[in-house]
Amino acid sequence: MSRHVLMLFIVFLQIGLFSIGGGYAIIPLIQEQVVSAYNWLTIQEYTDIITISQMTPGPLVVNTASFVGMRLAGVPGAIAATMGSILSGTFFSIALYKFFKKYKNIDSVANVLKGLRASSVGLIASAASTIILIVVVGASSLDVRNFTLNIGAVILFSVSLFLLRKYKLNPILVMVLTGIAGLIMY
Amino acid sequence: MNLQKLKVYFLLFRITFSVSAFTFGGGYIAIPMMRKYFVNNLELISEQDLMDMAAIAQSTPGAIAVNIAVLVGYRIAGLTGAIISCVGTILPPIVIISLVSLFYQAFRDNRIISVILKGMEAGVAATIVDLVIDMGQTILREKNFLLTLMPPLVFIANFVFDIHVLVIIPTCAVLCVIQTYIKSRRGGTFD
Repeated sequence: MSRHVLMLFIVFLQIGLFSIGGGYAIIPLIQEQVVSAYNWLTIQEYTDIITISQMTPGPLVVNTASFVGMRLAGVPGAIAATMGSILSGTFFSIALYKFFKKYKNIDSVANVLKGLRASSVGLIASAASTIILIVVVGASSLDVRNFTLNIGAVILFSVSLFLLRKYKLNPILVMVLTGIAGLIMY
Repeated sequence: MNLQKLKVYFLLFRITFSVSAFTFGGGYIAIPMMRKYFVNNLELISEQDLMDMAAIAQSTPGAIAVNIAVLVGYRIAGLTGAIISCVGTILPPIVIISLVSLFYQAFRDNRIISVILKGMEAGVAATIVDLVIDMGQTILREKNFLLTLMPPLVFIANFVFDIHVLVIIPTCAVLCVIQTYIKSRRGGTFD
């Protein structure tokens, strides 16, 4: 137990607190702290951990926290940094959930929750579209000059969606099957 | 502590752990996975409840996958449930990343892993689209003009114009309050 462990906890507590929106939106924020402010990782190492994060399960912020914590202070560091990164999110989520459940009889509170639900569907659709673009054309934005359609990926996507809608396949099974398909196809 | 409670705790841990171990391609994939187990298979929470949780998980800071797991755990087994779900969710990434950090260059450049992931991306996309279709239908059933309009507008704002979540969510909340106010002044109820 060193000062490192406490520092890791505090810095990742801040990162967690400000990482609203998830995914790619928070990459620059974590970089600012971990690379620029504290020099815990070089920019090359940070780019590597982003890549590794995409190769391994788990949220980006948890993966980065574990990685940085492990390098700086071993297993206690990994645990402290990860705990810091998730504490505020879980606290606010439970608080907000309790609030909505408690005041669900008040019209305006109930309707705000309905609105959040509707907007959350839009946000999920937006995340899905980003992934579809990455899958289908290999880029996160549409660039007409550089358009290369990946037919194999389109078929894999279509078949997966068909199986999910028609046979209510387990998503974990879909992940395993598409992983195997990737191994065969590419 | 009785046996029934222990069973629920173990169930929560087992499911959140296995969901987390397959959360490739961003936190959003955790939502349809949670739905498969807790809404469809076990029927421990309702579709509406899961939609509330998904909305809250996105409106609060931190990782979506962790937030939603904690809410599911909290809903099913209170604070203990929340802690168990939280541990179940963060354990796989901590263990895997800790191992990977020891030899990460080899892992980063591994071709086999990268082709498996390329295949999985298609599966992730399909699973999230499947969820969006079902959730979208639930919103339509509300038969409320503002709510029907919201998902496509939020989608355009976020995906096409890159407007930040921190702007979108409060705007939607305010619009709903205004709608409630107008309707109550007209003397009608919201629904």
